[in-house]
Amino acid sequence: MNAPFSILIVEPSPVVTAGLLSVLSAHKAFQCLPPRSSAENLPAILAQEKADLLLLNPQLLSDMACLSTLKIPVIALQYTPFDAQSLSAFDAVLDIRTAQREQIFALLQSFISSNKNTHSDFASDENYELSDREIEVLKLVAQGLMNKEIADKLCISIHTVISHRKNINRKTGIKSVAGLTVYAIMQGYIASV
Amino acid sequence: MNEHAVFSAKMRLSDLIAANHNLILMLPRFGISLGFGDKSVQEVCKDYHLPVDFFTLICNVYTFEHYQPSSQEIRQTDMSPLLPYLKASHHYYLQERLEHIDNHVHLLAASLEDKFGRVLCQFFDDYISEVREHFSKEETETFPYLEALQQGSAPMLSDRSFLSYDEAHESIKDTLNDLTQIIFKYLPAKAFSNDAVDLVFDIFQISNDLEKHALIEEKILLPYIEYLEQNTAQAQ
Repeated sequence: MNAPFSILIVEPSPVVTAGLLSVLSAHKAFQCLPPRSSAENLPAILAQEKADLLLLNPQLLSDMACLSTLKIPVIALQYTPFDAQSLSAFDAVLDIRTAQREQIFALLQSFISSNKNTHSDFASDENYELSDREIEVLKLVAQGLMNKEIADKLCISIHTVISHRKNINRKTGIKSVAGLTVYAIMQGYIASV
Repeated sequence: MNEHAVFSAKMRLSDLIAANHNLILMLPRFGISLGFGDKSVQEVCKDYHLPVDFFTLICNVYTFEHYQPSSQEIRQTDMSPLLPYLKASHHYYLQERLEHIDNHVHLLAASLEDKFGRVLCQFFDDYISEVREHFSKEETETFPYLEALQQGSAPMLSDRSFLSYDEAHESIKDTLNDLTQIIFKYLPAKAFSNDAVDLVFDIFQISNDLEKHALIEEKILLPYIEYLEQNTAQAQ
C-alpha cells in the first residue's frame, strides 16, 4: 500500500476549509495536513510540512509567478469569479460550487498517479482507467493539438498537460499520437478525425 | 548468457542459431541458405565469399544487447558487405514482412465495425509510409555518402542531420508497439481469432528484428562513417 497522499489546504474561509476536510476525510488515500488561512511564507510552510499537493484559494496570492517555484502540484480553489489568465498558472482548478465529491476525488487521484508512477509501475492496485481529466486531454491530443494549445484550452499549465500525457501513455501502453487517436476512436471518446 | 559471451568464427553456425534462433532471419540477407550441417562460421563464410569478421560482428550485435564494438573492431573489420546487407534488410522488411502484416491488418480490419476498421488501416498505412520514408532517406542520403567515403572522395557536408537516427528509430519502434497494444488490448473481443493472435505475434517478431536493425545502424554504420570521415580528413 502507498503512504497516504498529503494535502495542504490554504483557504481563508473556515466554512470552506471545514467542508473540504469533511469531504476528503471520507477517502482513505488522502490525508489532510493542518489547514492554513493565509498564503504568507508559503515556500517556508511547504518546506516543513511534507505536502504532496496544495489546495489554494487564488485570492490569497498577489502574484501567480510564485506558483512555478513550488515543487508540488497546486490546485486553485474557486468559488468566486477569478480571471482565467491567473488560473492558468495553476495545475488544475477546482470549482467547489459545482464539484461533486467523486469529481474532487478523481481530480486529486490523477495527481497521486502522476506523483508516484516511478515505483508503482507494476503495483497490482494500480488504476488503469483514465480519469475524466486524462480523457479530456486525450481527446485534444487525438484532435492534433499541441501541449501548449491543450494547456490554454483547459486552463492548466503545460507541466500538468505533460503529466496527464505521461499517465495516459502509462495506462494505455500507447505512446504515439497516431496510436492514441486510434485508441480514442475505439473507446468512443471521439467520433473520427 | 552474460554480456561478455560473444560468438567467434570457430563456433559452428548451428550453435549460434541454437543460442539465438532469430539469427536464422538474417541468413537470407547474406544469401546463406540452410543445410550448412556442422560447418563452422568460418567455413560457411568461406563458402559464400563473406568476410567472416563482418558476419560475426553482425551476429554479435544482433544477439547481445549490450555488445558494443570497439573502435578498433570497427576499423579492422572488412565492411564491404555492410551496404548490401543493409539494403537486403530494408527489402526484407518492406517487401516481405510489412506487406505480409499489412495484408493481415486489412483482413482483421474487415472483420471490425467499419469506422474501427478504417482507422486501423489508416494507422498502419501511415506507419508503413513512415518506415518507407526513413529507409528511402537512408538509401538516397546516407548510403551514397558512405559509398563516396569508401571511395575516398569526401563531399563537404553543410547539413549532417541525415546522420541522426535516434528520433526516427524511436518513433518507428513506438508506433509498432502501439499497434500491438491496440490490437491485443483494445480491439473488440469478438474480433478476436487465431489470425489476430498470429498477427500480434508477427508484429512482435518484426518489432524485435527492426530493433536489432536499428542497433546495427547505430553501433556499426554510424561509427564506421565517423571513422571514414576522420580518415579522409587526415588524408587531406
